[in-house]
Amino acid sequence: MENKELNSRNAAWREDLRQAMSARERGAIPRATMNMLPPDYRIHCNEEVNQGLSEEQAVLEATRCLDCPDPQCVSGCPVSIDIPGFIKNIQRGRADLASAVLRATSALPAVCGRVCPQEKQCESRCLYNRMKKPPVAIGWLERYAADAARKADAPCPVPAERLGIKVAVVGSGPAGLSFAGDMIMRGYDVTVYEALHEIGGVLKYGIPEFRLPNEVVEAELDMLRRQGVEFVSDVIIGKTLSYDDLLDMGYKGIFVASGAGLPRFMGIEGENLIGIMSSNEYLTRVNLMGAGRPDYDTPVAEGRRVAVVGGGNTAMDSVRTALRLGASRAMIIYRRGETEMPARIEEVAHAKEEGVEFITLANPVEYLGDERGHVRAMRIQRMELGEPDASGRRSPRPIPGAIDEIEVDEVIVAVGVSPNPLIPRSIENLEVTDRGTIAVNERLQSSIPTLFAGGDIVRGGATVILAMGDGRHAAAEMHRQLQDE
Amino acid sequence: MYEIISKEHFSENVVRLDIKAPLIARSRKPGHFVIVRCGDKGERIPLTIADADTARGTITLVIQAIGVSTRKICALEPGDCLTDVVGPLGRATDIQRRGTVVCCGGGVGVAPLLPIIKAMKEAGNRVVSVLAARTRDLIILEDQVRAHSDEVIIMTDDGSYGQKGLVTDGVEQVILREKVDEVVTIGPAIMMKFVAALTRKYEVPTICSLNTIMVDGTGMCGACRVTVGGKMRFVCVDGPEFDAHQVDFDEMLMRMRAYS
Repeated sequence: MENKELNSRNAAWREDLRQAMSARERGAIPRATMNMLPPDYRIHCNEEVNQGLSEEQAVLEATRCLDCPDPQCVSGCPVSIDIPGFIKNIQRGRADLASAVLRATSALPAVCGRVCPQEKQCESRCLYNRMKKPPVAIGWLERYAADAARKADAPCPVPAERLGIKVAVVGSGPAGLSFAGDMIMRGYDVTVYEALHEIGGVLKYGIPEFRLPNEVVEAELDMLRRQGVEFVSDVIIGKTLSYDDLLDMGYKGIFVASGAGLPRFMGIEGENLIGIMSSNEYLTRVNLMGAGRPDYDTPVAEGRRVAVVGGGNTAMDSVRTALRLGASRAMIIYRRGETEMPARIEEVAHAKEEGVEFITLANPVEYLGDERGHVRAMRIQRMELGEPDASGRRSPRPIPGAIDEIEVDEVIVAVGVSPNPLIPRSIENLEVTDRGTIAVNERLQSSIPTLFAGGDIVRGGATVILAMGDGRHAAAEMHRQLQDE
Repeated sequence: MYEIISKEHFSENVVRLDIKAPLIARSRKPGHFVIVRCGDKGERIPLTIADADTARGTITLVIQAIGVSTRKICALEPGDCLTDVVGPLGRATDIQRRGTVVCCGGGVGVAPLLPIIKAMKEAGNRVVSVLAARTRDLIILEDQVRAHSDEVIIMTDDGSYGQKGLVTDGVEQVILREKVDEVVTIGPAIMMKFVAALTRKYEVPTICSLNTIMVDGTGMCGACRVTVGGKMRFVCVDGPEFDAHQVDFDEMLMRMRAYS
């Protein structure tokens, strides 16, 4: 950051803020509570559940931050956001500058403030945890700063002078956008190719509006457009345009961030019955295609008794979507216990408030259909927890003979995804791992030197912020390589 | 936006559209399909590419008006635009010189069959094409098929044109009189099921092209999943062509009714 006054810990304004209140006084301030829509209202609409913090709440929450000399929260952030730097700008009433600090390391702060698992990252490292106090609400503050800057029409960062070097991005999800944002700032001409008709990848087709409104994503995209990033939809690299076409068009570097693709199924009896679908299909129909809304052509089954198999964020998104589409019984079926669930604690809490039933330590073993081939029931094997496995989670094992039947008319399978073979298959000489992900070195460079890759096409299935971290990392590495040439 | 350049009515409910999509026209191969969307609130639906003209930068689609989206698309006129056309998707047909190849198509299935007929002929095969429809008016692309086939057999359910009978009757005639090395079949799922049953009996290798329900068409949703040889396959990325003898057509027919 060039402007040291903006976020230097030694800046006079920041010294003053630190001196103004003792650590004890700061620690005595209770953690902010998020303003939320009431459950009985929100399950009948798609409006965002979390309404954000008011300015007053945000300034008070920012005051709680101890502005540690060696802030551990930063090391918990995959993109190393200067967390105290942006928080203290909020405290002094400069949300616009807080947003500028965020934008120095993150192309999508309004998104990250909403969907990052802060409780496992930055907030888990907050000094307050060691004092048995709740951590600073870093995620909510990030969201506050980004939203305030957006509402105030804060100017977007001005990119460096054009270098006249073209780079292409494959996929417009978090990894691709983060890469595009960094490269446009460095002065490259950036074109982002997207296979779908909408830009945004999983932010659009996957995460529902009640958690991440499309207008928030659109505002972030607009900022990138204003900075000069070009977006092209309906183009599949490897199909519509080949890798060689991109070279012929003058692209000097290509970043593949095509995301996770194929949904996994469990391979159990009856899984292809009508009414059973992947969470990808369900969420894409509703979020991307507008199914369930008037005038939209895409249909979606509106189940009464809906079971969602899985315990991740996608499972929570699916089960809460089912509620909003009118399910009278919406259930999570998860083979481990609730403490082992990978979903964000906040999402689990929201789901419970909305009336989702959690059936844990239960694993589907068979689906039963009616005469028309429509699912009517599922059989679940009750489980118990055994010893911790490689991931440290206690692994579930079946309780012999403990099988129950649950009536369902719709089942959403949210047990993960495998890498999409589309791009790896279509680019010759591109090395792929046994798992089907693109093989890269520690610089995120593939077996083709000009081609870098990151996000879920490399990781298999991870989070928005890890994908964004890859985008930043790849941008830095590609920049270094192109400069050397 | 993808402009309709020309349009031809094959019958009341079947139209041919030439659509401006130069990148797809250039890269498509026989067997490929596209996903199209008509209107900002439209569905994404898969349609197999029937032909392409690289000079004009167009692809040809033949569409039968059977649902909400296909009716909208069939109503488009030259100068109108499709909102989205993306592709080419799927794996291209495995075209090889095998000897005698029977290409059998039913209804609008003849359209995506045409580029395969051409390519099979160009690869040096003897090509016998069997075209089938309910009645004379529904036989499409006969002249183009004749231009690239060694022989054409027409079958109609009502006997109003060619021979009276089903597509399987036509295919069986050929198998009984000469050695057939491969059968390619494209048409309604029920038709392909019966063709597969017939050629299984005679042990003739058979390729079918499946047109299942899809949303994204790029492997993401799994709506198009079918069981082939006891394993789950996605039509969009693993197909659309499969060994017809391995496909569980009954399950596929059931799944095609998900939204009807």
